[in-house]
Amino acid sequence: MVLVFAESPRGNLKKAAFEAVTYGKKVAELLGTDCVALTLGTVKDAAELGRYGASRVLNAGDASFEKFDSQSHAAAIADVAKNNGASVVITSHTSTGKAVAGRLAIRLNAGLVSGVNSLPSVEGGALRLKKSVFSGKAIAEYEINSPVKIISLMGNAVKPEATGNPVSVENISVSTGAGRIRVKDVKTQEGRVPLPEAEIVVSAGRGMKGPEHWGIVEELAEILGATTACSRPVADSHWRPHHEHVGQTGIAIRPNLYIAIGISGAIQHLAGVNNSKVIVVVNKDPEAPFFKAADYGVVGDLFEVVPRLNEAFKKFKASN
Amino acid sequence: MKLLVCISQTPDTTAKVSFNADGTEFNAAGVQFIMNPYDEWYALVRACELREALGGAVVALNVGPASNETTIRKALAIGADEAVRINAEPKSAAYTAKQIAEYARNEKFDIIFLGKETIDYNGSEVGAMVAEYLDLPYISYASKLDLNGNVATLERDIEGGVEVLEVDLPFVVSAAKGMAEQRIPNMRGIMTARTKPLKEVQPVSFDEPVKAVRFTLPPAKAGVKLVEPDNMDELVRLLHEEAKVI
Ligand SMILES: Cc1cc2nc3c(=O)[nH]c(=O)nc-3n(C[C@H](O)[C@H](O)[C@H](O)COP(=O)(O)OP(=O)(O)OC[C@H]3O[C@@H](n4cnc5c(N)ncnc54)[C@H](O)[C@@H]3O)c2cc1C
Repeated sequence: MVLVFAESPRGNLKKAAFEAVTYGKKVAELLGTDCVALTLGTVKDAAELGRYGASRVLNAGDASFEKFDSQSHAAAIADVAKNNGASVVITSHTSTGKAVAGRLAIRLNAGLVSGVNSLPSVEGGALRLKKSVFSGKAIAEYEINSPVKIISLMGNAVKPEATGNPVSVENISVSTGAGRIRVKDVKTQEGRVPLPEAEIVVSAGRGMKGPEHWGIVEELAEILGATTACSRPVADSHWRPHHEHVGQTGIAIRPNLYIAIGISGAIQHLAGVNNSKVIVVVNKDPEAPFFKAADYGVVGDLFEVVPRLNEAFKKFKASN
Repeated sequence: MKLLVCISQTPDTTAKVSFNADGTEFNAAGVQFIMNPYDEWYALVRACELREALGGAVVALNVGPASNETTIRKALAIGADEAVRINAEPKSAAYTAKQIAEYARNEKFDIIFLGKETIDYNGSEVGAMVAEYLDLPYISYASKLDLNGNVATLERDIEGGVEVLEVDLPFVVSAAKGMAEQRIPNMRGIMTARTKPLKEVQPVSFDEPVKAVRFTLPPAKAGVKLVEPDNMDELVRLLHEEAKVI
């Protein structure tokens, strides 16, 4: 069977978990087996995972799992994988999944391909998987030959599909107490979708001239329900918080729509955003390298173009 | 304080990426190689700062061929006290993790540092694997690390925020932006780096569960469609009707 670890930060299943189960269900179909979801800690609405394709949902509800520790999480997931004879274990390629997947590979003596972005092909007993490498500049295909295989799934690589029905959650007990990390506090920005999960990202660069001009960018993000991002020098100059920095040395993202405002499109910037489905560039310099990577472009002064764009989007939103 | 920093060598951030004809090997001709930025800017510098404050030694470790020694010397120039090179092609994350763990097992490091990922294979796998081999706690994507006696306080980047946590030594940590500020090696550093010890260690054998089959380049973009700056209704229409993203 295919085991999907459905992560639930602070007790809530999010998009990453629904994507992973949707993907797990498709992998299970390819292999002619079932997809089973595992949740750890107290989890709201775990039964919903049935709607995304889990034939069973297992929950190990020990409260210690509510504070993240890769050691205790990996021990529990590996236990469940072994006890149920899982041939494939899937995690999300998130802060949680990245910390756990490598540990699972060692515990289960399994091959791991991380950050996978499409369905595998089955080659006898092996699985072939594709992922983006060299910061988006190339695609690699890997083959896992070990009996147990671990896959971590890139965000926004599959669309969650809720075509099934909720299933009742089975409570299980697993070994606990492996963790030695003491989580003291979690600080998150409320309201905005985190960058790696965002479907629309509005990003701005040094062309903005200073942090005091970000109002038009914030407004655009607000209208589209988008998350804001920025180029590296903008974060380095503290015009914007460092968690907004995208690119080769920042966060790599793959939204459906990336709107780049006053960003030149240096190779290191493109490396983090070139997997976006559609790229729109606003830049006053027609020679800006970003236009070569863009789908749609506007050559013009952002201080004129962006307010106009905001009005146009508002009009569109009002009539759709 | 005994600190290990795992450094990897990657193509420069501006490198043109290409492969041999059958797509099985990265084409290194004409490519400049650098120390993976997260390893250099954050992991190595924070380790050096802790050593400066608390004493002890920073060991820089690279799994790689002899040609990586320029990169290793740079780590010594930035401030590592000694270096170890495990003499092998770092074929995969799993292979590299195995080599690092075998070396570190008997060395009793207080902290094992890595960068949050490499900018070539983008796996973010090695740290978790090393931690599991050594049965140590692992804190990934740490943007802050302070030490008070035996207890470390860290901040870890999570989706949309940070997690604050405590852990006792020893542990494995992967470093992200914020943990330290990039250091440019000075003349004295570069001079002393030449005489600092660089030890070569032979690898242990390892059965590869994963192999790379083929590398390809992403399909080229069709070309940009320009929209007049005074016609933003048209851009919105295209995004809605043609690109179907809004
Ligand atoms: C090792 C390394 C790693 C790096 N990693 C990253 C990374 O992860 N992410 C990243 O972003 N960068 C990264 N960089 C930096 C990168 O090389 C560029 O310097 C940076 O992306 C440039 O940021 P920018 O586009 O905001 O600024 P600039 O290059 O200064 O571009 C500003 C743009 O705004 C336009 N503009 C100015 N005024 C207006 C106006 N009124 N209206 C419209 N357009 C206007 C200009 O035409 C210009 O194209 C890295 C560099 C190195 C060496």
